[in-house]
Amino acid sequence: MTAHLLPSVPLNTQPNIEAPDDFYQELVDMHRDLSKEQSALVNAKLILLLANHVGELAVLREAMRAARQDIAPEGQADVAHEADLK
Amino acid sequence: MVLDEDNTVSVGSRAICWAKRTLEILDRLGCGDRIVGKGVEWNVGRVFFRDEQIYQFDLQPEAGHRRPAFINLQQYWVEQFLVERCAGLPQAELRWQNKVVGVTPRADRVAIRVAAPNGEYTVHADWLIVADGARSPLRDMLGLESEGLAFRDRFLIADVLMHSDFPSERWFWFDPPFHRHQSALLHRQADNVWRIDFQLGPDADPEEEKKPEKIMPRLRAMLGDKTEFEIEWASVYTFQCRRMRSFRHGRALFVGDAAHLVSPFGARGANSGIQDVDNLIWKLELVMAGQAPESLLDSYNTERAFAADENIRHSTRSTDFITPKSEASRAFRDAALLLAKHYPFARRLVNSGRLSLPTTLETSALSTPDRAGEAFASVVPLGGAAVDAPVQGSRGVWLLSYLEAGFTLLVFDTSVPADALEALANDADPCNVVQVGGKPAAGVSRIEDSEGLVAARYDGRAGTCYLLRPDQHLCARWRSFELSSVRAAIARATGEACVEAMEAA
Repeated sequence: MTAHLLPSVPLNTQPNIEAPDDFYQELVDMHRDLSKEQSALVNAKLILLLANHVGELAVLREAMRAARQDIAPEGQADVAHEADLK
Repeated sequence: MVLDEDNTVSVGSRAICWAKRTLEILDRLGCGDRIVGKGVEWNVGRVFFRDEQIYQFDLQPEAGHRRPAFINLQQYWVEQFLVERCAGLPQAELRWQNKVVGVTPRADRVAIRVAAPNGEYTVHADWLIVADGARSPLRDMLGLESEGLAFRDRFLIADVLMHSDFPSERWFWFDPPFHRHQSALLHRQADNVWRIDFQLGPDADPEEEKKPEKIMPRLRAMLGDKTEFEIEWASVYTFQCRRMRSFRHGRALFVGDAAHLVSPFGARGANSGIQDVDNLIWKLELVMAGQAPESLLDSYNTERAFAADENIRHSTRSTDFITPKSEASRAFRDAALLLAKHYPFARRLVNSGRLSLPTTLETSALSTPDRAGEAFASVVPLGGAAVDAPVQGSRGVWLLSYLEAGFTLLVFDTSVPADALEALANDADPCNVVQVGGKPAAGVSRIEDSEGLVAARYDGRAGTCYLLRPDQHLCARWRSFELSSVRAAIARATGEACVEAMEAA
């Protein structure tokens, strides 16, 4: 078996961030003075930048799954704009 | 026999973007030059977000192809040229103002009831190709359905006559200053007609939005005070992405919008319809001539349903990007657009329509898998449509002109033995051999790879063979010629192998 056929490297969930307290403070500070909508936009940009850095779809999928964990959907589904055709 | 309930070609421009693959098919039908000559060639697209351009792309960055990535031409012109071509074919008959009012499928034929200006009559056809569009009355008459999604956002499309300095490019705006919080698209067509699309949102009133007094201010805001223009045609519409479960029902074969429907972003409607017919016709011809089993027509359904799913997937994703359905979706959309201005990676995420490319029939049962140990660094994958390249030879300077008669075997730098050539030419499903380079030999059709691009694009080396179907899709390839392999691959591509396998089982 060649290297690229081996299972992909799983999402690293072990402590890996340099200076975690510094990072956390800068993450929160990044949103200072921003409206709720602007914050959502900055977060989305940050996710896309980091996702591109990671690159590997299997790792990104695993991260998305982990992010969604423990969050139960509430309210109506967001596909209300579409209608099933039969 | 072609039946059309109308007495004219399309009213309004409708489909306007004709992709390279479509133009190549139209070349084979004998009207490529007229259509390309009348159309507006374009390869470049620009994407704008709010008040600035964030990037541009070139759909055909390399030379050495007869046809451009796209031409724009009003659908009525394409229909006109096809009608004229049809009139020149003695075996074809086009009946205007003949409306199908009833259809009765039978095991060995289809009875079609037709209402004509001077009364009703019945046609008993061996086969029926249903090409009556999105609403497909024949689909209803046969009690069949098309299933999928409808999108709520309404769009205005307008054909505008104006003399303008805008280049022949595709311009797409997200949230432009002249049409806030929505999208807009500008495209040039023939005769100084410009296609303009405005996203209107889900709450727009279609009757109200169609009125000139409503359309003019929108156009004025986009085009500026100094541009003189007039509206030639306008329409308000919503999108649907849906398809029939099967495109074949006995002797009725569904093609184009009747079989599958996509949103217009990506130009995948008319272009996929033409590929449907190109996929179907050679199979139908072989079946009608008794050279292939009827089951070959099932591969029309599997191959083109596969293509329809690909088109629907692309088209649905484009529509979701252009009209985000949730706050999170909009945030990611705007984030991608903001990043695209600075970073190339984000441009790959921006989706203003993934423009039509021919579908690679990767899972087709008609393709023969590569021999073990043989690899091809080719731009044409197995199941893919042939790619053009410049050549020299008796039939002109483009490779695709040599792939026009039934099955064709391209052989690189080697001569196929004369007895094998003769055997292939005389088989029930004959195969035309075209030698690329190598020594001239008696009775061989030979072309010169004048710029080396055939070998480069196909990874052709001495002995390499490519077997192309009548629709120019690649169905088998080898690194060396073997008569029995070629015959087996043709049998497989004409559905014979499946029948034999079933009989053996």
